[in-house]
Amino acid sequence: MSLSVCELSFSYHRAPVLSGVSFEAHEGELLAVLGPNGVGKTTLFRCILGEQKRYFGTIEIDGADRKRLSPREVAHRIAYIPQTHAAAFRYTVRDMVLMGTSHTLSPFASPGKKQEAAAAEAMEKLGITALSDRSFDALSGGEQQLVYIARALAQQTRTLLMDEPTSSLDYGNQIRVLNAVKTLSREGYSVLLSTHNPQHALWYADRVLALKDGRVAALGPAHETLTETLLEALYGTRVTLTDSQTGPVIRPVPNIE
Amino acid sequence: MAKAEKRRGRGRRAAVLLISGAVLLVLFFISHAIGRYAVPVLDVIRILVRRLWVLTGLDRIWPMHVTWTWQMENAVVNIRLPRVLMACMVGCSLSAAGATFQGVFQNPMASPDILGASNGAAFGAALAILLGLSTQMITAFAFIGSLTTVVLVFLIARWAPGFRTVNLILAGIMIGSLFSAGTSYLKLVADPNNQLPAITYWLMGSLSGVRLEHLLPAAIPMAAGLLPLLLLRWRLNLLSLGESEARALGVHTDLLRGALILCATLITAASISVSGVIGWVGLVIPHLSRKLIGSDHRGLLPCSMLIGSAFLLFVDDVSRDLLATEIPIGILTAVIGAPFFIFLLLRKEKTL
Repeated sequence: MSLSVCELSFSYHRAPVLSGVSFEAHEGELLAVLGPNGVGKTTLFRCILGEQKRYFGTIEIDGADRKRLSPREVAHRIAYIPQTHAAAFRYTVRDMVLMGTSHTLSPFASPGKKQEAAAAEAMEKLGITALSDRSFDALSGGEQQLVYIARALAQQTRTLLMDEPTSSLDYGNQIRVLNAVKTLSREGYSVLLSTHNPQHALWYADRVLALKDGRVAALGPAHETLTETLLEALYGTRVTLTDSQTGPVIRPVPNIE
Repeated sequence: MAKAEKRRGRGRRAAVLLISGAVLLVLFFISHAIGRYAVPVLDVIRILVRRLWVLTGLDRIWPMHVTWTWQMENAVVNIRLPRVLMACMVGCSLSAAGATFQGVFQNPMASPDILGASNGAAFGAALAILLGLSTQMITAFAFIGSLTTVVLVFLIARWAPGFRTVNLILAGIMIGSLFSAGTSYLKLVADPNNQLPAITYWLMGSLSGVRLEHLLPAAIPMAAGLLPLLLLRWRLNLLSLGESEARALGVHTDLLRGALILCATLITAASISVSGVIGWVGLVIPHLSRKLIGSDHRGLLPCSMLIGSAFLLFVDDVSRDLLATEIPIGILTAVIGAPFFIFLLLRKEKTL
């Protein structure tokens, strides 16, 4: 397994955010993290990436204790794909992707041919080679997300961490990004993806990790785990699950007088 | 097709650097020629090349004929050369510091003067002058003063709630004005016969009175700060993406940020301690360079250094030759810089 979290607890100013969270992410698997706002999804990611160090329990990445790994060693193992956000400076798409290769360089070095080849390959794979010379901040949200994913591929890790990659995208771009992610997990990447849309989890995820009040509410295969009862408990609204030819569909129950 | 484009991108970077370098070189020779006592440019080149010849020992193999007067040689080598070199060094340092601060704070408005580093350095130096300390101690005091302000401003901006860009600028203005109030008090209590004029003149910024022996003590801290900045310029790209992204890409963010701030502050302080307060260069030049060469610090940092050198050299030429009496250089950079700042504010594009 590529990522193993065991009895993870974290408190922020004495208020518990995560308590006793345990799960594993396997290679070739897309694991969706679900839960309402403020449930600790971002905190969980920050603990895994090493931004938060004062947690209890253990996080193992490729069999190594997270707390013993330097930022560079973490970057060897896990790539992080952030939400789309405004950047202070205008880098070209090529430079953005190239930055993913930095952990292979010594601190005083600039990327060379090998790194540029890795970046070119990653852009080719996501079909964004044509955007190479465009300015990153001039791209659409969906294109920016694809650039982030290409950067993660250039990082050449086996595990990808995605923080609500579809949150600010229009419908078509949401599907495009999720398709790209699904393809990667099929190819052997282990993907941990947080999302606000349980339907996305049903469509794309192999397994689901549902968090509620900082605890694991459910963990298991998407189709078995995502039930009406669980969704109502998570989000506090009534939903129905209907079977369709292409799988179950989540529908909200209108509560309008 | 992609390969051709890549080459074009790199070619453009090389071209911009080459042209800025050429402009600097031309300006370098012209600066020696102009002045109250004009020296033909060709003679300037001959005089400087012969000095190099003598220094390297090539003179014995291939001697050069002296076709100029000793007055010319004196004006070029003893009076103008130190000042020209110092203008280049200070312009280069202030611009590099500005580009670095902007990257580190992910804020195109950051610069040594906006962050209050100049005010802090001014206070430190004024204090050293008041205490009657040596030139080296003036540098040290200026360094401590500017480092203190940068750290204070950064901490305030970080802990204050709200918009980081605005916080940073506001904190810079507040801490800066605190230090300039301190400087005003020092001026009040300074001896009006010798200390006060020294402090006042120094606050306006000037490169007059630079001698050959001043160059090395200034060059050492500048080189010590500039070299790491140049080596870390790719990492600066990563840091400018923000804390979490940089960290996830494998950067030890606290260490890198600390090292970069320390180097940028060191070269700021080294510049200010020899030239006095010269504002705006650190803000304007990186912006101009970003327009020409793009945001990638691999090109941006060297480009800012070259253009910064050329810019300050040009401004210093104006400062010494425009009027019969010398205009302090700090006044001139403000006259050019403030309108540029307004231009930035009025620009239609949202990303500064």
